[in-house]
Amino acid sequence: MTTLHNKRAHLGIAALCAMLLAPITVAQDDDVFAEYRAMMGDENPAIFTIEEGQELWETPMGPKNVSLEQCDLGLGPGVVEGALAQLPRYFEDAKAVQDVEARLLYCMETLQGRDVIELLDKPYSSIGEQGTELEALVAFVADRSMDAVVNLPQGHPAEQAMYKKGEEIFYYRAGPHDFSCATCHSQTDKRIRLQALPNLTTNEGAGFAFTTWPGYRISEGLLRTMGWRMQSCGRQQRLPQFQSGSEAVIALETFMGVNAKGAVMAAPGLKR
Amino acid sequence: MKTLIKILLTPLLAVSLLAGCETQEAAVAVETTAPATAKDMLMASMKPKNQATMDRLNQDELQAACSNANNMAGDAAAMEALRKAAEASVVYPADGNYLGDWKNGNDIAANGKGLQWNDDPSDPNGGNCYACHQLDPKEVAYGTLGPSLTNYGMRGQSELMLKYTWAKIYNPHVYNVCSHMPRFGTQNILTEQQMKDIMALLLDPNSPVNQ
Repeated sequence: MTTLHNKRAHLGIAALCAMLLAPITVAQDDDVFAEYRAMMGDENPAIFTIEEGQELWETPMGPKNVSLEQCDLGLGPGVVEGALAQLPRYFEDAKAVQDVEARLLYCMETLQGRDVIELLDKPYSSIGEQGTELEALVAFVADRSMDAVVNLPQGHPAEQAMYKKGEEIFYYRAGPHDFSCATCHSQTDKRIRLQALPNLTTNEGAGFAFTTWPGYRISEGLLRTMGWRMQSCGRQQRLPQFQSGSEAVIALETFMGVNAKGAVMAAPGLKR
Repeated sequence: MKTLIKILLTPLLAVSLLAGCETQEAAVAVETTAPATAKDMLMASMKPKNQATMDRLNQDELQAACSNANNMAGDAAAMEALRKAAEASVVYPADGNYLGDWKNGNDIAANGKGLQWNDDPSDPNGGNCYACHQLDPKEVAYGTLGPSLTNYGMRGQSELMLKYTWAKIYNPHVYNVCSHMPRFGTQNILTEQQMKDIMALLLDPNSPVNQ
């Protein structure tokens, strides 16, 4: 494990140094990161997180000392391939619509008998720390869903209700700044500073956002999940803190994912 | 209705209930009488963190009325009532002096901090104008959600212009009922002095915005 982390750090730092030392002629932030992406080629540092995730998936753990290999991510017990392209979805056993984070936590709880409350205390890593178990597992599931076509099921009334609620929350203005998700994400070809903003009400915009999370955040040196991204959006909205795998996050992901139908999964992507 | 009840169970709640129950059925048996509103769902899905307390999810009349895809707040009468309320909230500078220091104004315009859970509440809030507007043309990292304000000062410094610009910063809903711009004065995001500094950034002939 230590070796993996060292390799990751070395790879990331080497590329970043090369990039920073090179004369930057273009002011565009995005171009700097595009350059980094090009330099890294197929060497997305997320590969180390994916490996960790696979190890966590296959290793017996918890009071029941079993692995997650029989976890049903929606396509049947143990089927990981393509699962992320069809989440969130309704799960009969949980009687709830779950996203990948909620589902992984559910499997840790039910299959492994682990204390989920403890895991929820710190689902996402802070800068300078090593990634969390949840982040690694999400990276693994994403990697095995690469190139799958986004197709969230909407047959169950609970899934349809989740979409409607997600849409409602998307437009919900609150907080001292009156921001909603729509403030930044309902227009096409707009940006905050230099950061391009996907229009999540369109197939193209929602498709881009949905298919590129989780992503390896270059500026933080960490693998970040969609749940983390939502939490970060909520922070900038000046709202309280979204919790991993919570209903509102799942509703928003359902809204985005259904709007993204037909897009092709490309996660973990490389993010700024 | 049954399914609506089912989805009210957050996955987390379901998981934690499962942990404490003998059977899965026990968790499912929890019922709620009314379908969750967007606010209910947000309340159940968020936790307070530092200065970002749960009361921030409470909507005022304007926020509730403008929470929709078409940015309309009902019929013409409803829109006008909200606009009037916004107008009434604007407090103009008591000393009649609208223009502060454009240099401070530029710092405030570039500062995106303030009121987030990871911000120090003892630091002054920023206006974060550059997030959405072009101002000093030498600053290339500007956003495009709002119109460019470069050369804003070309409009002059008439009493009308001063009052218009002040109100636009203080409460933009006076002019556009469902504007997406924050109410920097009404919501106490910026102080009167900070807004005067922003005014100078926009209107002072020496400000880089007007060079």
